[in-house]
Amino acid sequence: MNTDPLPQPELLGVIASFEGPESLLEATMQARMAGYERLDAFSPFPIHGISEALGLRRSPLPWMVLGGGLVGIGLALGGMLYINVFEYPIVVGGKPHGALEPLLPITFEVSLLFAALTAVLGMFYLNGMPLLHHPLFRLEGFARTTDDGFFLTIDASDPRFEFKETMGFLESLGGKSVMRVEA
Amino acid sequence: MNLSIVEPRLDGQQNPHSRMTEGLEYHRLTEQICGIVERPVPRWWLPAFLTSLAIASGALFAATYLISTGVGVWGENQPVGWAFDITNFVFWVGIGHAGTLISAILFLLRQKWRTSINRFAEAMTLFAVACAGVYPLIHIGRVWMSWFLAPVPNANAIWPNFRSPLLWDVFAVSTYATVSLLFWYVGMIPDLASLRDRAVTRPRQVIYGILALGWRGSGRHWHHYEIAYLLLAGLATPLVVSVHTIVSFDFATSVIPGWHTTIFPPYFVAGAIFSGFAMVITLMIPARELYGLKDLVTDRHLDKMAKVLLATSLMVGYAYSVELFTAWYSANLYERFAFQNRLFGPLAWGYAIMVLCNVAIPQLLWLKRVRESVWVLFVISVLVNVGMWFERFVIIVSSLERDFLPSSWGRFIPTWVDLLQMLGVFGLFFSLMLLFLRFLPMVALSEVKAILPHPSHFKAGHTANESVQAVSRAKEVQAS
Repeated sequence: MNTDPLPQPELLGVIASFEGPESLLEATMQARMAGYERLDAFSPFPIHGISEALGLRRSPLPWMVLGGGLVGIGLALGGMLYINVFEYPIVVGGKPHGALEPLLPITFEVSLLFAALTAVLGMFYLNGMPLLHHPLFRLEGFARTTDDGFFLTIDASDPRFEFKETMGFLESLGGKSVMRVEA
Repeated sequence: MNLSIVEPRLDGQQNPHSRMTEGLEYHRLTEQICGIVERPVPRWWLPAFLTSLAIASGALFAATYLISTGVGVWGENQPVGWAFDITNFVFWVGIGHAGTLISAILFLLRQKWRTSINRFAEAMTLFAVACAGVYPLIHIGRVWMSWFLAPVPNANAIWPNFRSPLLWDVFAVSTYATVSLLFWYVGMIPDLASLRDRAVTRPRQVIYGILALGWRGSGRHWHHYEIAYLLLAGLATPLVVSVHTIVSFDFATSVIPGWHTTIFPPYFVAGAIFSGFAMVITLMIPARELYGLKDLVTDRHLDKMAKVLLATSLMVGYAYSVELFTAWYSANLYERFAFQNRLFGPLAWGYAIMVLCNVAIPQLLWLKRVRESVWVLFVISVLVNVGMWFERFVIIVSSLERDFLPSSWGRFIPTWVDLLQMLGVFGLFFSLMLLFLRFLPMVALSEVKAILPHPSHFKAGHTANESVQAVSRAKEVQAS
């Protein structure tokens, strides 16, 4: 029985370090083949093929960006037409109030602006950023993930997660310094 | 907890093909680039920064004088209503274009050599656009009315004219500035995280920590990040072409002979890329020298940039000749005169400088020896900057000085305020560049690491498919 008067920190998962992009990719594939689902691979740069190895679905970002661009078109075109036709109708160059041609450059720019903002904010949203602190940051060597470190984590919430077994599994994949991640 | 999850780094000579060297190679890059920001400033930095700042204060003084007195302090008067202000505006916007070209278009074309210069070029873009933005703001004279440019009804309940190229320009340039900033920042997030993770002082930890937004190199994050970066590159590409096109509309849609021509959009875009590449070379050569980055920004990079310079010089030269041909072929009296005036009129010396610097001298770049001698390349790039400034000056001023009626011809002579403003904005540009070099990673670390040659069997392209197949096979086995 637990005699420690202090409450045990919650176990979030286990982490192991790997030597390079290939071994991390290999380990990720092996872990997925062994049935683990809630994995994450950490690396200083994007590793080609890691999304597939992690079993990630295509990012919905392109559709979000398309939506942002369309909203931009609607807002710019609709707004300018409303102003030119109803709010402040004035003849410029003898053209009809509702002429579309002179509105195209601004519509194009506003559409691009909305699309670009959606791309950035959408990426932040999908990645849960900003998140200034994360339990992983408490592991001292983890800082090397932005330098030359390659890590694989398996979440404790994974259906196949068994603490001892999973630790052993990561070691069998060639993971170094396998350890707990605590909240 | 004070546990380390990684083995201590092995140093010393290793087999160059072992995996350990690969790790060391990543680490060496991090040291090299982050070190620039972390080590004490080099001795030349502070004097250089203070000098730039002193020059930049000239711009502040000139602008203050202008605003408090009126635009009459500039040399502009009827018939020359646009001169140094718009010349410098177009000059700086054009400079910016090379940054976007390098970071977006070369990215889409999978030109991997771009990775060691793109961050630097993007910073240049951003600061050039900031410098450009100074001019439209102050040239309106009564700056407190600059909000009339915004798409809101003004104090007299009058809306801005959305059919005017000048308003298109407001939207184009402000969109360009915003998207350039986003592209630059998003590209920098992983490297800001590197700086955060290496920071030893509290202020650095906090500032880089906030800027990095909690980036931790997660594969799930890279997944969306890469798509976002690709999309931004795809958006920036049509944007950069549209910006100088719209800038050229400011002239092309007018009725002034010498401005009213359909060749302007492509001509301006080519010129912008030309001048921008020249500026990248001008800045990159001293920077790589001062920071010892010759293994990242190699002679091969300079060679490629020199070739882009040569190609765009030919495009610009072609535009100059087509312009002359069209003037002659149009058989239009005013159009013909505008170009006679440009070649032989009071600004003929400006036209001569323009052709010499933009078309004649860059032909030297055909020679491999010239492209390889760094300082000759440097001098050529500076001359191209000069030539491109004169291009805009000649187009704008010579066309306005002598248009239809000889009785309303005039001359433009810059005043000291014009000159101080122009000089000061150069100071502003260099101050911003120096601050960037001091505080932000000047090479895109994560991108350079990703293209380092991997020593072992790691073959990009095959691995992704293999992993998908392997995983789906395993799933089938489990299911059965």
